[in-house]
This record gives sequence, C-alpha cells and structure tokens, in this order.
Amino acid sequence: MEHTVVSASKFNAWFGDNHVVKDVTIGIEKNQVIAVMGPSGCGKTTFLRCINRMHELIPGATAKGSLKLYDDEVYTMNPIYVRYKIGMVFQRPNPFPNLSIYDNVVAGYKLNGLKMAKADMDVIVEKSLTSAALWKEVKDSLHKKGTFLSGGQQQRLCIARAIAMEPEVILFDEPTSALDPISTSSVEQLFHELKENYTLIIVTHNMQQAARVSDKTAFFYMGELVEFDDTKQMFTAPTDVRTQNYITGRFS
Amino acid sequence: MKNKRLDLSYTQMKWETVFRRILIFMSVILVLIVIGILITLIIESMPSIKSLGIGYLWGKVWDPVANIYGAYPFLIGTLLTSFIALILSIPFSYAVSIYLGEYNPKGWLSNLLKNSIELIAAVPSIIYGFWGLFVLVPVIRTFEAKIGVAPYGIGIFTASLVLAVMIIPYAASLGITLIRMVPSPLKEGAYALGATRFEVIRSVIMPYTRSGLFAGVLLSLGRALGETMAVTMLIGNTSTLAHTFKDLIFGPSNTMASVIANEFTEADHTVYLSALIELGLVLFFVTVIINLIGKRIITRFTNS
Amino acid sequence: MDARIGIRNTKSMLFKGLIVFLAFLITIPLIIVLLYIIKQGVTQVNWHFLTHVPAPVGEAGGGISNALIGSFIMVIMSSIIAIPVGMFAGIYLSENPHTKLAYYSGLCVDILQGVPSIVVGIVVYFWIVKPLGTFSALSGSIALSIMMLPIVIRSTEQTLRLLPPSLKEAALSLGVPYHRVIMKVIVPCGFAGILSGIMLSVARIIGETAPLLFTAFGNPYLSTSITKPMESLPHLIFTYATSPYDEWHNLAWGASFILLMFVLVLNIFTKLITRKWNIQL
Repeated sequence: MEHTVVSASKFNAWFGDNHVVKDVTIGIEKNQVIAVMGPSGCGKTTFLRCINRMHELIPGATAKGSLKLYDDEVYTMNPIYVRYKIGMVFQRPNPFPNLSIYDNVVAGYKLNGLKMAKADMDVIVEKSLTSAALWKEVKDSLHKKGTFLSGGQQQRLCIARAIAMEPEVILFDEPTSALDPISTSSVEQLFHELKENYTLIIVTHNMQQAARVSDKTAFFYMGELVEFDDTKQMFTAPTDVRTQNYITGRFS
Repeated sequence: MKNKRLDLSYTQMKWETVFRRILIFMSVILVLIVIGILITLIIESMPSIKSLGIGYLWGKVWDPVANIYGAYPFLIGTLLTSFIALILSIPFSYAVSIYLGEYNPKGWLSNLLKNSIELIAAVPSIIYGFWGLFVLVPVIRTFEAKIGVAPYGIGIFTASLVLAVMIIPYAASLGITLIRMVPSPLKEGAYALGATRFEVIRSVIMPYTRSGLFAGVLLSLGRALGETMAVTMLIGNTSTLAHTFKDLIFGPSNTMASVIANEFTEADHTVYLSALIELGLVLFFVTVIINLIGKRIITRFTNS
Repeated sequence: MDARIGIRNTKSMLFKGLIVFLAFLITIPLIIVLLYIIKQGVTQVNWHFLTHVPAPVGEAGGGISNALIGSFIMVIMSSIIAIPVGMFAGIYLSENPHTKLAYYSGLCVDILQGVPSIVVGIVVYFWIVKPLGTFSALSGSIALSIMMLPIVIRSTEQTLRLLPPSLKEAALSLGVPYHRVIMKVIVPCGFAGILSGIMLSVARIIGETAPLLFTAFGNPYLSTSITKPMESLPHLIFTYATSPYDEWHNLAWGASFILLMFVLVLNIFTKLITRKWNIQL
C-alpha cells in the first residue's frame, strides 16, 4: 500500500509574472486523505489546480517543474486524460443545471460521447451515488434536475459525478466552505469512506477540518510548501515556526 | 477501457483544435464583411469621386438628365428631417426614461408602457410609411392649407413627425437603464437634505446621467439618418431645393437614403450610379461614426 | 417658509404630471397605427388572399401568396447563413474577450449595428446581383443575414458571459474536451437567451424593405427559385402602397396586417421564452 500516486519535485506555477507556487516537492501516497492548508493567497488552490491541469486554463497561467501521476509526467500527458484520472470537486456545488440527477452522475461519460449500455450506466449511477451517500435520498427522483437539491446534496452529487469516472485521485477545493454545518459534517464523513478506494487531496482554510479528516497535512505559506507531515504531528509539534504561528492563530 | 479512453481523448484533442479554428474563422468573417462593405462602397464611388471631386458635396443641383450631380439638397434634406425628428422626440424619450427609470420602475403599468415602447421599435418602418401616406398626409394637407403654405401633405415635416415616433425607443430604452443605475445613496443624500422629487431629478439624476442620455440621443440620430422606407414614402422625392424656408420644411424634398432607394435601379450610366453610391458612402461614415461615439460614451458610463 | 415649501412641492407635482403625460402620450400614435392597420387589413384576409398571387390591375381578388412564400424562404435562408456565423462569433467573443481579434470583431458588430439597411442593399448588389447578372432571392437573403448578424452575436455573447465560470470548470474537470464543453454544456445552458436573440433578429429582418430593393427586388408571380427575383411581404407593401390603384392598396393593407401579426407574435414569443424558459442557476 505504500505507493506514491502523485509526486511533485521543484514544481513552480505563475500567473503572468506572479510566482504563486515556488519549488514545491511532495509525494502523496495511495488511499490517504491529504489536507492542504495555509493563509489565503498562499498558492494552495493553485497547486491543487495544477495537479489536474486546470491551472493552465486561466489566460497567462504557466507551470514548470516535474509533476507525476504514478510514473507518468502529468504535463506531457493529454490534459483530457489527466482529468479522467484525477477528478475534482469545487468550492461551490456546480451540478449541470440543464441535466437531471442521473445525467449529472454520468456526465463525464455522456459529455465525452462515450457510448454505454443503459444497464451499465444504471450500475455506475447507483454505485457512485451510494458511495457519495446520496443514493437513499435521491433514488426516487433521479430524473429531476440536479439544481433542485439542497446545497449539501448538490455537493455530494458533484462528488458522485467525480467518483463515476473511477479516478485515481480526487481533488477538493475548499469543498465545504459554501455549506452549512450539517451538510459539512455529512461531506466530512464521506472522506473517511472514500479513502478506501481513492486518494483525496483537500484544500481547506479550516484548521479544525484538516485535523478532523486528514491523515497528512501540507502547510503552504507564500507559495512555498513549508511543512508536510502526519496531521497529528503537525498539529501537536510543528517543526517550522511559520506553521506554529499559523496553527496558534498568530496570523491568518 | 483504459486504452479506449486514451484513444478517444486524442481524437477529441484534434476536434478541439478544429473547433477553436471555427470560432476564430467566424469572427474573422465578421471583420471581413465590414471591411468588404467599406471597400465596395469606396471602389464603386470612385468614378463619381474622380469626375465630380469634393465639390460634389455642395453642388446644389442634382439633374441626372443633364449629368449634373450635387449632393447638397440631400444633405440638407437628411439633416433637416433627422434633426426635426430628434428635437420632437427628445422630450418624449426623456419623459419615458424618467418615468420608467425613476417614478415607476415596476408594476403592470410600467410593464405595459415598456412593452409599448419596444413595440414601437418592432413595427416595420414600411408600415409607418404606409400609414403615414394614407392617414397622416391628408391631415397635414388640411393643416398646411390652414397656415397658408402649399398643401402638398408630403415633405420634410411629415417625414419628421413619423420619424420622431420611430426613433423614441432607441434613446428611451437606454435612458431607462441608465437612470436606474443612479446609486441610491446619491438620491437619498439629496432627499435627506429636504429636496423634492423634482429637485432630486434635476440636480442629482440628470447631471449624473447626462452623458449617457446624450449617447442615447446619438443612437436615435444614427437611426434617423439611415432610415429609408418610411421617409421615402413620405418625403415627396424631389431633388430640387426649395427657395424659402417654409417651402423647404413643408414642401417635398429628398434625403440621402430616399434618393438611393428611388433612383438606384434607374441609374443608367456609371457616374449617375456612382454618385448614388457615394451618397451611400457618406451615409455609412456619418451613421457609423455617430453610433461608435454613442457606444463609446455608453461603455465609459457603465464602466465608471 | 411654509409657503416656499408649498411652492416647491407644487412644482414637483407639476413636473411629475408633465412626465407622466408625455410618457403616455407616445403610446397614442402606436395605438392609432396598430388599430388602423388591423381595421384596414383584417377584412382583406381570407383563404383566397393567402393562397393566390396578386391580381393584375383592374381585376378583383388576388392575394399575397408569392410574398408569403418569398418572405418565408428568404428568412429561412438568412437564418441558415446568419445563425452559425453569429453564434460562433458570439461564442468566440464571450470566450476570448481580451484578444485583438475580439476587439476588432466587437468593433465590427458595433459598426454593423449602425450601418443603414439601404447601404447593405447597395453592397450586396455589387457582391451578388452584378456577378450573377440578375436580382435574386439568394442576394436578398445574404443582405438580410448581414442585418441579422449583430443581434445574434450580441445576444449570444451577453447570454454566455452571464453563465457562471464554475459550470465550465465542472465540465473541464471531468476531462470533457473544449468543443464539447461549449456545445453540450455552455450553449444548452444559455439556450433561452440565444434563441430569443435569434427570434428578435428574425422579427427585425422580416419587416426590412430597404436591403431588398436592389437584391431580391420583387416578383408579381410565385417563384421558389433562389436565383430569380423573389417577392417579400414588406416589398409587396411598398410596391402596392405607392401604386395608384385602390385594389392594390387593399392588398397592401392585408399584407401589412399579416406582417404586423408576424412581428407581434415573434416579439411575444421572445418575451415568453426569456421569462418562462430561463434555466435556473
């Protein structure tokens, strides 16, 4: 099980002239939950978006250095293929408003024009919604529009949509910051179940959340990866003074 | 499964490039159309520019039979029709803007009025022309007989009346949006000082929206200058310039657009046709410049 | 003091009265025109009127079938030309707002919006009519499609710009390629706005006469050939309204009524689409 899924070495990213990710070197192992935290503007979200090459979609954004999925260099792979293998869940739930719940789950297949038997598709929908702990709530309204669900349900629908593609890694960009506390706890519970099958990388600005859900935590500050360690270790005895300051709330 | 997906993603990549090229191609076509319009007009008016020179613009006589071409009567006709229409329309378009922007922005009555304004713009100009010819012209004729001018019925005055109604929506719909954009703290500040509604409109809303409302008037003017059908049907299509101001306003005349509409298919030799196209070229430049200035002012207004 | 406040309040009330009066006064010419066209036109319209070509001078009866079919064919043809160009150019403008090409195409949209329709007629005359040696429905359709373009482009661009960027990101993060993101997610989500722009542009060109004067020209007989002159509703109205015969005036009134109904229905449909069919985001 001790196998590195995503690894970066001397990885850099820019917005125009603005150097936002500086020389990041990190190795992420399989079936773990990684929390990425740091003050806003520290480059944590940019780094996350580099992993599935969403960063380069912003005009003027560039990246340099090595970033690998297993042994393949992400930046020489076909970006479409990278995004098949590395799913993403966003800050705000964003189900497709023109599609039903059912179609939202299999959107990755349908929008790509992958032909598939109805029975296979039914299996994927049920499996993905079950994994996202949403099946029981929506199984009778699969053909209603996804936008009728509550915020927490919509976010779990987005998780189901990512799971349906059977990715290796799922990236979460502050997945609960737009949710109420009850929905947040339901999503957090999901993380524990999901790590059986997937590797999760979660960007959060909520330290309690990082402590609750993650196995390992990465602390970013001013574009640098300051510290990467077991979450327990990090929150009890951080080695870097900047991490210590952040955790004790001396700056935010 | 894995390989199939990989293959698929490579063909998709090719389509992606094709798609991006289609988008660029269509935008380039748009630019080419506009450049093509300009070049065609210039090339086709060359014979007239060469043989008539710049004096064409203030030549007072237009007589194709004698091969004399002067655009002055049409410039005067166009300017008079458009500006009379504009002056008649301004109070109304401002009133609508203020009423729907400030007094009554919501509710069924304001919706009704707003839809009516949009409908005024939607009715084809040929219908205004037809109606004007059969309903308005006899009325104007009686009116002209009463004030003691030759009762033609058709002419600049009649055309301007109809045109005034037709161009109201352009200034009004912009004015409504702009007046609604006035920040309410500004208005509240004035109310707090004890200003009446009229005073708030006069000293807060009007100064704030002045440039934007002016842009709306420019858009209306652009419409008026280029309007063809209704004017052609109502202006009388006479290319000789009247001698007295009264006859000019109430007598038959011609605008640039109407003379093109009437004589283009009859123009039987190069310079005649080319002189008409040169009118089109002038019309193109004037309306485009007026429109672009209007648009610039609006962009600056909405961005600040 | 009280007196002055009284004066100021009266002034304010008077001003409001004036504004209300002027604002509602302009609906009067509209109502008069509409009622007059309906009154004159509705009695002309019957099955015979819709299915026959105009009768020659002096003969009773006759209809406007040539103009109905002509307008229909030309509107369809201009839509086929203008909708793809307009939609893709609109997509380009909303997707790449800061490129040089976007600046120039945006400028060209503004210019096209201001070009008088008669000028478009002149230009298309030299592009199509002169090389082909004849007035034709094809040239008329091209002239009309140029009139449609700016409306289709602006409505597409503005609709797509209002869609949240998260929608695009969601699709891209699933590995959906760019062209499918646009055609399967972005365009369907902005469908109502794009469609209403198309309907508005159709409502606009169906009444355009000036660009047709030197292109489609007109044709007293029924013709479906796109390389021959073709009649259209507005052109028929123009020809027959300015003729000296009463029977022909009646034909023109009937045609005006039909044209007005088309425009009204298209505008009402557009309103309904934007109100009811808007996808909730």
